[in-house]
Amino acid sequence: MFYLPKENLALAKAEPDLVVQNWPDFFARQHKQAQHPLLKRYYQSKVPKPNTPIGEVELLAMDMETTGLNAKVDGIVSIAVVPFTLARIKVSQARQWLLKPRYQLTEASIKIHRLTHSEVEAAQDITDILPELLALLAGRVAVVHYRAIERPFLHETLLDRLGEGFHFPLFDTMAIEAQFHRKKLSWLKRLKGSRPEVSIRLADSRRRYHLPDYRPHHAATDALACAELLQAQIAHHYSSRLPIGKLLL
Amino acid sequence: MDIEQIEIAEFLKRVAPFDALPGEEIEQLARQVDIAYFKAESSILMAEQPLSDLYIVRSGVVETFRRTGELYNRLSEGNFFAEQGLLRGRKAHFPAVSKSDTLLYLLPADVFDRLFETYEHFADYMEISEVERRQTRVVSASSGSDHELMTSPVASLLQRKLVMVSERLPVSQVAQRMSEHSVSSVLVVDSEQNPQALLGILTDRDIRNRLVAQRLPYSTPASDIMTTDLFTVAHDDYVFDAMLLMLRHNVHHLPVVNNGVPVGVIAISDLVQHEAKSSLYVVSSIFRQNSVAELAKLKADVRASFVRMVQQDANSHMIGSAMALIGRSFKQRLLELAEEQLGPPPIPYCFIALGSMAREEQLIVTDQDNAMILDDRYNEAEHGAYFLALAQFVCDGLDACGYPYCKGGIMATNNKWRQPRQVWHRYFQQWIKEPSAEGLLHSSIFFDVEGVWGEQHWVSALKREISGLAKTHIRFLASMVRNALLRTPPLGFFQDFIMETDGRQNKTLNIKRRGTAPAADLIRVHALASGCMQSNSFQRLKYLQKNAVLPKGKAEDLRDAYELIALTRIRHQALAIEQGEEPDNNVAPEQLSDFERRNLKRAFQVLSNAQKYLKFKYASIQ
Repeated sequence: MFYLPKENLALAKAEPDLVVQNWPDFFARQHKQAQHPLLKRYYQSKVPKPNTPIGEVELLAMDMETTGLNAKVDGIVSIAVVPFTLARIKVSQARQWLLKPRYQLTEASIKIHRLTHSEVEAAQDITDILPELLALLAGRVAVVHYRAIERPFLHETLLDRLGEGFHFPLFDTMAIEAQFHRKKLSWLKRLKGSRPEVSIRLADSRRRYHLPDYRPHHAATDALACAELLQAQIAHHYSSRLPIGKLLL
Repeated sequence: MDIEQIEIAEFLKRVAPFDALPGEEIEQLARQVDIAYFKAESSILMAEQPLSDLYIVRSGVVETFRRTGELYNRLSEGNFFAEQGLLRGRKAHFPAVSKSDTLLYLLPADVFDRLFETYEHFADYMEISEVERRQTRVVSASSGSDHELMTSPVASLLQRKLVMVSERLPVSQVAQRMSEHSVSSVLVVDSEQNPQALLGILTDRDIRNRLVAQRLPYSTPASDIMTTDLFTVAHDDYVFDAMLLMLRHNVHHLPVVNNGVPVGVIAISDLVQHEAKSSLYVVSSIFRQNSVAELAKLKADVRASFVRMVQQDANSHMIGSAMALIGRSFKQRLLELAEEQLGPPPIPYCFIALGSMAREEQLIVTDQDNAMILDDRYNEAEHGAYFLALAQFVCDGLDACGYPYCKGGIMATNNKWRQPRQVWHRYFQQWIKEPSAEGLLHSSIFFDVEGVWGEQHWVSALKREISGLAKTHIRFLASMVRNALLRTPPLGFFQDFIMETDGRQNKTLNIKRRGTAPAADLIRVHALASGCMQSNSFQRLKYLQKNAVLPKGKAEDLRDAYELIALTRIRHQALAIEQGEEPDNNVAPEQLSDFERRNLKRAFQVLSNAQKYLKFKYASIQ
């Protein structure tokens, strides 16, 4: 997870965010059009129908650490994923990969992510891990906190490596949080700036559900933190019967 | 690469019996758990449900029930449940429900079995804790969130029998009595004169250190080796207060008294279970850090403790003393580290705390106010460099740990405030005998003083001198009165503004400058005028009430008003921290509820009246 100063959120906005209304159709189309066998296979996987209750869906929390905020110029340093359902987070199946970013790491980002230079050197290329990552994603809905990082970065990286973009269905815990905690003030009050808005950053959001404080900037921990947050959000605001179409982005 | 689950591993390392497992085993366990979240009042386990995991509470509170529906146990962070079911039949014995929002780590049954077979202590712990639980069955004894600490009286912990011995009983017989009753401490009383009068306490450790190790005869009377500097708690004090007292003075046993009559003893072992889960846990972690950088990392924990205490409805006295204890522990650890680095001090010294920390009314937004008293053998050329370096180390360290430098320069790094004992006595004599209101404006902070490290008895001597001198020096008191009246509470308090005495309107109120500070100033003057040696405002008020220094009922009114103003300030800061902002003292009436505004208005009225009374009382000498 890249920790954004609040005011910089707009900077990281992805390219025209593709809005998919019908995921099964989208997958069918992509399956035909995709060239690379890995992508072809991924789009062949079953994507849950929008009326599936969220309690029956397999999920995959994902977090990425990147060298910066711009998917066009910055690269991925590490990816962590953890499979889960509303009932259980399967820590034993969690995976994390250190990747060689497309561009040289700056000293500053090495420091932020507490990486050592030898760790960076031992890193893999994204194409090495892609089979495993896509196999984990297949049949699952991804869960991220702030979709404008994970999605554009995967898209740009694959575009660069395979010559093809990539798009996948996800739930965004930050968007869910915004829905419940950002709209309480009238526009007038917000304009006057009389009171601070509620923070929807990962750590602050977690506290609202009495989840423990975890130290940030570690992809494996952040993926876990995000999975726990989704479990909490669904328990508090919805139920396991919620049709996934309501949250799918 | 092997994935590293830092948070899970770090947590397991703090929790018995996992804490005793080898490091690599814990790393591996951290990769094998599952996690599940339950919102408050959800069912976690039903009776007879097939079990596949051990449930470890990562955060929140869980209750388990008997078949009869009766509460069996209450578990909080670091506790686990379902071990009986795992050991026998792989079925849940007790249904479990989350009492608050709860996060659980689930350890798979096969991993549990492997640990049970591999590690004897793990097996023992699982079996013993079960036996223990069967014995106690007391819900309050096995759980221990802050909330319970703050609401359970000390008396609820009194399980062991109270054993008292006469001061003249030979230690050999004392030891026999201790084994008979299987206790680790006895209270020593004066059997001849007054069997209710507590003279001291004698513990296992005293017998080992002061008798056996010193090769004294077993016939030595108890009074020769007992501890006589006693700290006691009242039976209706809160467990939290007892814990603070033990940590503050580093004692392991506390006699419990009811109206001065001993009714029992509580031991630190009665509290360790609680401590690990309470806000005060940060105190023991302070003493485990080995560098300034490591200490500085605890800043977030300190803030979290503060917020947690506020959420759990602690009163301002508890929060103030807990934060003061934390601040004190930082200083002590920094001094230990400094002495390790610079070598032992060439002459004795005492590091002192001033102001809110000394009054045990410390909050989050707080400067460091400190100073140093040196032995009278102090010689600038010989010792100057050492103590300057020591002071520098501590003050820099405090700044790094979230206690910024004092803007007024009241710090041990300032030569003026790093002086030999005789100079300090002269300072105070000067302030009291030849007072000037301006001079005292900046030094009133020195009249709230506590020793932190080193020769702390010097501070007691200093305080005795102050209390003797102050009450007889009218001009000094008059100057203190004048200063105490400089800052006034606001006159009116409306929906969205504050009405000042001169009719001006303000949007926000500095609740420290206009509330807690003038209240503390006012209470200090009364305390100095009546020879009270206490530093804490609430204790000073108790003294004023007992000695009828204020008109009937006024000390109580002032106490309630002070509590309300202080709590408003505390809540304001906690809210800021929760929202990820820097806490400050500026409260906008708009942020308060009608109820809070009404009460605050009343509290300011009480404070204002108390200022009028102070002015009136000293009118003749102004």
